[in-house]
Amino acid sequence: MMSWLPENISTYGGQIDHLFYLIYYLTSVTFILVAGCMIAFLVMYRHSDGRRATYTHGNTTLEIIWTIVPALILIMLGFMSKARWEEIKSPAHMPPPDLYVRVTAKQFNWEIRYPGPDGKFDTDDDLQVDNDLHVPLNKVVRVILRSKDVIHSFFVPQMRLKQDAVPGRDIQVWFQATKAGQYEIPCAELCGFGHSGMKGALFVQTKDDYDQWVKEQWPAPAAAPAAAAAQAPVAEARG
Amino acid sequence: MSETAAVGAHAHGAHAEHHELGFIRTYVFSTDHKMIGRQFLFMGLFMMILGGLLALLVRWQLAWPESEVPFTQWIPEPHMYAGHMDAAAYNSFFTMHATIMIFFVVMPILVGAFGNFLIPLMIGTRDMAFPLLNMLSFWIALFSGFIMLAGFCIPGETHAASGWTAYSPLAAVPAFTGVNAGQNLWCISLIVLGISSLMGSINYITTIINMRAPGMGFFRLPLTIWALFIVAILLLLALPVLTGALAMLLFDRMAGTSFFQPAGGGEPLLWQHLFWFFGHPEVYILILPAMGIASDILSVFSRKPIFGYRAMAFSMIGIAFLSWIVWGHHMFQSGMNPALGTTFMISTMVIAVPSAIKTFNWLGTLWGGNIIFSVPMLNALAFVSMFVIGGLSGIYMASTPVDIFIHDTYFIVAHIHYVVFGGSVFGIFAAVYFWFPKMFGRMMNETLGKIHFWPTFLAFNGTFFPMHILGIGGHMRRIYNPLQYDFLKPMQPINVFITVSALCLGVAQIPFVINFFWSLFAGKKATINPWNANTLEWDAPSPPPHGNFGEIPTVYRGPYEYSSPLVPEDFLPQSRKLAPEVSARASH
Repeated sequence: MMSWLPENISTYGGQIDHLFYLIYYLTSVTFILVAGCMIAFLVMYRHSDGRRATYTHGNTTLEIIWTIVPALILIMLGFMSKARWEEIKSPAHMPPPDLYVRVTAKQFNWEIRYPGPDGKFDTDDDLQVDNDLHVPLNKVVRVILRSKDVIHSFFVPQMRLKQDAVPGRDIQVWFQATKAGQYEIPCAELCGFGHSGMKGALFVQTKDDYDQWVKEQWPAPAAAPAAAAAQAPVAEARG
Repeated sequence: MSETAAVGAHAHGAHAEHHELGFIRTYVFSTDHKMIGRQFLFMGLFMMILGGLLALLVRWQLAWPESEVPFTQWIPEPHMYAGHMDAAAYNSFFTMHATIMIFFVVMPILVGAFGNFLIPLMIGTRDMAFPLLNMLSFWIALFSGFIMLAGFCIPGETHAASGWTAYSPLAAVPAFTGVNAGQNLWCISLIVLGISSLMGSINYITTIINMRAPGMGFFRLPLTIWALFIVAILLLLALPVLTGALAMLLFDRMAGTSFFQPAGGGEPLLWQHLFWFFGHPEVYILILPAMGIASDILSVFSRKPIFGYRAMAFSMIGIAFLSWIVWGHHMFQSGMNPALGTTFMISTMVIAVPSAIKTFNWLGTLWGGNIIFSVPMLNALAFVSMFVIGGLSGIYMASTPVDIFIHDTYFIVAHIHYVVFGGSVFGIFAAVYFWFPKMFGRMMNETLGKIHFWPTFLAFNGTFFPMHILGIGGHMRRIYNPLQYDFLKPMQPINVFITVSALCLGVAQIPFVINFFWSLFAGKKATINPWNANTLEWDAPSPPPHGNFGEIPTVYRGPYEYSSPLVPEDFLPQSRKLAPEVSARASH
């Protein structure tokens, strides 16, 4: 079953997968125990004429045990999840970015906007393309998500990244890719008749390849947009 | 309480004696709770066929994208194009599948049909507190159904196509879906249905509080009635929120307001908050009656008292209470403040505890039983085992980081179908087979019932279990053509397998339809108490006459006294009075 999870190429994806496996094992064991007991009871206590069922209204000790044990397991899962969640989603815990990119969703494309060598969005050296997102390998990328019309959802399965893009809001997400390659960026939230097929491409490039791509986009001066990070072109914004 | 019941009984008895009702008042505009229950049942079963066929259309498209769908040449544009569907039609089909199944199948059958039929019978009274209001609730629900179906008949456009969740601004601006009148009718229909539900829930709550038979304390109520009572409270509080939100959505669509559109100062997430504040209690509205029904049936056919009756009742109360503070787990990826994500994660984890209690208590009920594998019991057992899977898969999405990956994937589709089909629909089947003799005075055929059950159980799992695997692979929900994505192509054989299973699931319902209608007219005549059950409805004739009981029964004990050492039989009805010396023995 585990082989069906897409390959993880994100620094925090392993932590999500770890939690997933943990819940998978816990729920599998629980299901096997419950189903096993049920099947055993159905076989052991199937109807036979002349036998009488056990007359009991319950057992308080048992009921306390099977209330407390799941509660403790769920509390443990809650604590483990909280730490990971904050690291991934909370702007206060996000690592400082090497690159800012603005992704604006619209029916039915992703508009990708790079701030250019000046590190600021909405200036002359910005680069805007539809659907193709180029990022350097092993660098922290901060994506500012917007939407022009309806709610879309920015999803990169291999990155374990998903975040809705909501009109009227700037929502920040981050990732750090650990493997070069090309990956699809589907929209995960129903956004109209063209929802299926609204997909972009994420190009995770090695340093040399990425530098080459930057050079092609901004021939002179050859300052990488990655340098823009230090200038923090946007305020931390989350609606 | 007993005085109220007595007064009500007298009034109703006098009413029944003095008025012979004609055909129209008996079968059409009936104020008798049993006929209204049957009317809701027929409406729900008809809609189930429709909702199921829509699901098959959706599944066909996913398995064999853009190929011609058999037997659909007659469906006109823009729903189908000479047997093919386009993406807009596809969006409309899954929207309407979910809408119909939730609002016009599961709710009308579990709450409308069995709530109406069972509440007065199981609490030992002659009718609902407000019979006329009850009749109106059915006719308004039917009217709402007509409005919903009318959306299929708008020239030149599909029905509503924004998903059953109708996220805005997608649903708020006609241009975003290309659907205008269909989406408006969708909103209006659900507003009207909300009015019907409000009438029903007021009736249920009033009846259960005020009209219980003498001796029927709250902790002698069958768990089915506990569940319906709690559901009525949830409906009373949840539906108006949706109704209000739908009115705002209609204003946005038709009157130029901007409640949910940022362009006019509105807030898209407001819709989600309002929708899920209704929507999550709604999930429990769909599953709690089935929990109650399964509890009753498990006890009857295990010939054993329910294990931990009070814990079962309190866990339902706990689930109902907690259902109000978990709506945000649908919104972890919505852009809502991440700090709120943690809060909703905690409440969601907590709500799993009462669900676990219920499951273990069902197992406890089976332990040491003398289990009879009747068709109602098979369906109740299926309910328990499938609900376990649905409940456990909920933990994945409760965990906020894991939800990042599986949110909006087929994992969610699998989860909701294990809860709503594996849970609610198996609950419906269990209830139909169990109470059919009381509703119609005839038994359903057991062999046909088993021919229905086993293929349904297998095909259900063949259909919905692999959806977990699709979701784990990252397969998004609500996409028209999976082959447009390279990373989904290796999973396409699973989509084909699911669709073949779904087709089998559809075919597996034919024996049920045959059994239902054949038994209605030619089934073996039912005795008063064919299952040797304890609850009060089995004291009334099958089917019960107008007014239900000759004399209002008195209740002496709880509903689950099976295999009691006090009597030689393995059941002891709630209304059976034991000799004083035997009762004295019980109290020691």
